[in-house]
Amino acid sequence: MSVREQPLVLVVEDYQDAREMYAAYLQFSGFQVAEAANGIEAVQKTVELQPDIVLMDLALPQMDGWEATRRLKSDARTTHIPIVALTGHALAGHAEGAREAGCDAFVTKPCLPDALVAEIKRVLDRDSTNAENTRESARTPKTAKKRT
Amino acid sequence: MAPVHGVDSDAKLAFVEFLLTAVDLQESARRAVDWLVAHAPVTEAAVLVAEAVTNEMQLVAEHGISSGAIMDFALSRDDTRHPLIEALNSLAPVYIDGLPQHHRGPLEARAFHAIPLRAESTEPAHGLLLVGGVGPTLDSDSLWLGRTLGKQVSKLLGRQLLAETRFSQERMLLYSIINAVTDPILLTDTEGKLMIANSHAEKLFAAPEEASEGWRRAAALNNMLFSAALSTSAVGMTELARRELLLVDPLEGSDLLFELLSSRAKDERQGTYVVSILRNVTDLARAKEEIEESYRTLRIAQAEVRDERHRLDLIIDSVADPILVTDQEGDIVLMNTPAERLFNAPGVENEAGQRRVRANGANLTSFVSNVLTRSGEQRYRGEIQLTDPVTGRPLPVEALAGTILSEQGELMWVVTILHDLTEAIEKARLYEQLKQASVELERKVQEATGELAEQNELLRRQHIALEQASALKSQFLANMSHEFRTPLNAILGYTHMLLNNVTGQVTEPQRKSLSRIDSNARHLLALINDILDITRIEAGRMPLNTSTFGIRELFEEVQSELEPIIKRSNLTVSTRVPNSVPSIRSDRQKVKQIVLNLLSNALKFTPAGSVAMTASYDARRREVVIAVKDTGVGIPREDQVKVFEDFRQLDSSPARGYGGTGLGLSICRRLANMLGGTIELESEPGRGSEFTLGLPAKARRR
Repeated sequence: MSVREQPLVLVVEDYQDAREMYAAYLQFSGFQVAEAANGIEAVQKTVELQPDIVLMDLALPQMDGWEATRRLKSDARTTHIPIVALTGHALAGHAEGAREAGCDAFVTKPCLPDALVAEIKRVLDRDSTNAENTRESARTPKTAKKRT
Repeated sequence: MAPVHGVDSDAKLAFVEFLLTAVDLQESARRAVDWLVAHAPVTEAAVLVAEAVTNEMQLVAEHGISSGAIMDFALSRDDTRHPLIEALNSLAPVYIDGLPQHHRGPLEARAFHAIPLRAESTEPAHGLLLVGGVGPTLDSDSLWLGRTLGKQVSKLLGRQLLAETRFSQERMLLYSIINAVTDPILLTDTEGKLMIANSHAEKLFAAPEEASEGWRRAAALNNMLFSAALSTSAVGMTELARRELLLVDPLEGSDLLFELLSSRAKDERQGTYVVSILRNVTDLARAKEEIEESYRTLRIAQAEVRDERHRLDLIIDSVADPILVTDQEGDIVLMNTPAERLFNAPGVENEAGQRRVRANGANLTSFVSNVLTRSGEQRYRGEIQLTDPVTGRPLPVEALAGTILSEQGELMWVVTILHDLTEAIEKARLYEQLKQASVELERKVQEATGELAEQNELLRRQHIALEQASALKSQFLANMSHEFRTPLNAILGYTHMLLNNVTGQVTEPQRKSLSRIDSNARHLLALINDILDITRIEAGRMPLNTSTFGIRELFEEVQSELEPIIKRSNLTVSTRVPNSVPSIRSDRQKVKQIVLNLLSNALKFTPAGSVAMTASYDARRREVVIAVKDTGVGIPREDQVKVFEDFRQLDSSPARGYGGTGLGLSICRRLANMLGGTIELESEPGRGSEFTLGLPAKARRR
């Protein structure tokens, strides 16, 4: 794992406007951002870039988010990387599916950029505390509100 | 024979002459005593003769003896120690100087001579001549008289014995003759006292010594009955009297009926006797009784037959169907009243009526002749066309005939019963109609059923199609809302970034416009979410996740979630949950969604005052009741139902001041129904509203 000044977030989202919006807001919020538009690309970039966290949309072309998550979590090189699922369907089963696939947290779309950022910070904070890995990170007050 | 004393020979001669002609012993003895008293110095004299059969010494003549002594005298020849009997057995006369005290004699205590009376000294004496008053020496005249009387007595007694023997022989013969007669014969006195009876009569009237008690009693009874019978007829009886006499058989004990024939027989010496002959008529009487009995039985049987016949007539007449009996010639011998109406028609005088009767008769005859030709069969069934003689109405009848055979198997009668078929034919016609109607109905029902089945099938297919369409609709809406949200997500996100100055500082008018974009996008998102909820509920894709939870904690959670709005509203919000309210088992998330909605509505529509959230428990219905009461604008009665409908708000203009999608209460009611509960509303415009949510303490799956 390379040492970075700022945590690297891989944003996996097939809808370009949303992907770029999250990326812009994450960079504005002090993160480094990489992007992937489908499941295959997501797996490749995660192995290649070793991001600190993956923001994974579940409905993806070519390979869906569940499959990608399963692969990442079963690969020794990427199994430690936390994955936050991003799902538009609040239908029953999606959350379960995401958890089963190995997601560490999930956020329901539509999700305002600041809510997303707050969730990412929470997961990273928890992770770093667990690993006793002190890291420079932007600390913001916890607002765990998913939906209004 | 030389005379001893002065008695002249003439007197003796006269006496001997008398004795020669005399045939009677008594007479001879009396003359002898008279002679002695007249010719000898005798003061007392007596003649005793021994009775041949009884051996009794009888006094046949006497002189100078007291009547008392005569009466008292009784002596048997067998009394050999008596001085008189000793004298009787001696050869010579005996002088007795007074009899000893214990012996009695006609001359009593005086001294007398006892002269045995016998013809020869070799024969036993027949009697004694007693002579008193002559002194101890017997005079010669008395001695002579004794010898002479002795010869006379011997002669007379010898003759008498002969006569008696003959008489007894005759009597024996008579007895055997009477005994030979099978009927009992009796000779009685007029009182019925038995004198002579033949053996048959003895059986009835005389019980022997060794007879049983029963026999003796029966004999006594028979005697009484016989005496009674005789005495009742004794008066006025002339020659022969006949009557019936019921006696008892002494051996059998059974009744014997006799015909009693009795007649009187007059005897010069011995008075009147009654001769009775009994003829046994018991068997005769029994035969007579039997004849009477059988005659009576016959009469009863006749009466029974008559009754039976009467009953049979009644029965036959009471049968509504005509019944006829015809003989082997085909002639009617018997018919009941209904049959008479057809084949006799009494009172029908007109020509037409008579013609119909004749026609009926002819029809019947041809039917019966058919029966007769088929003699092998016991029953025969046919149909005859008859006509009512009175009305002329055609009368189809079913004829059922049976034959009656004699014991020899000869056909005696034919019994025919006619049954009116008019009704049956009518019924058959109606039945046919009914059957046709029924067939028609069945056909129609089948048609209708077919149509119905077709329609059902159509409906079923439509239903499936509708369900599919509905499912597709729900799926479509779910997908659509997702698709809506993706661009909306971008709109909200970029607006948010602009407002947060991510892309540089925005001016105040720009901020205002961005805020409008933001609030409208949020409203659109809320609408989409609500539509998605309704779609999911209707599609049945809203699963229940039940758990047990407390209402108080739920209230606190809802309150804290709406805390910013409460603060902004300046309203007093109170909650009250008594300890009596139990924990509830339901879908916590959904209950919370409802309470959230109700409270936010209350806050939204209450400009001033307070909102109260309370919980209570209805033990009878086992429901937890949650009430949210405000002092808000209220809802008019006519709108109270509408608020639960989709997209309903009292003010539905876009410029309304309350916000919300108008789907909140509609979703609340759907959710409450899902949980087995209800939502009710009580409200008055200007005074406020109270929404009440009733939930079963334990939710049932719906």
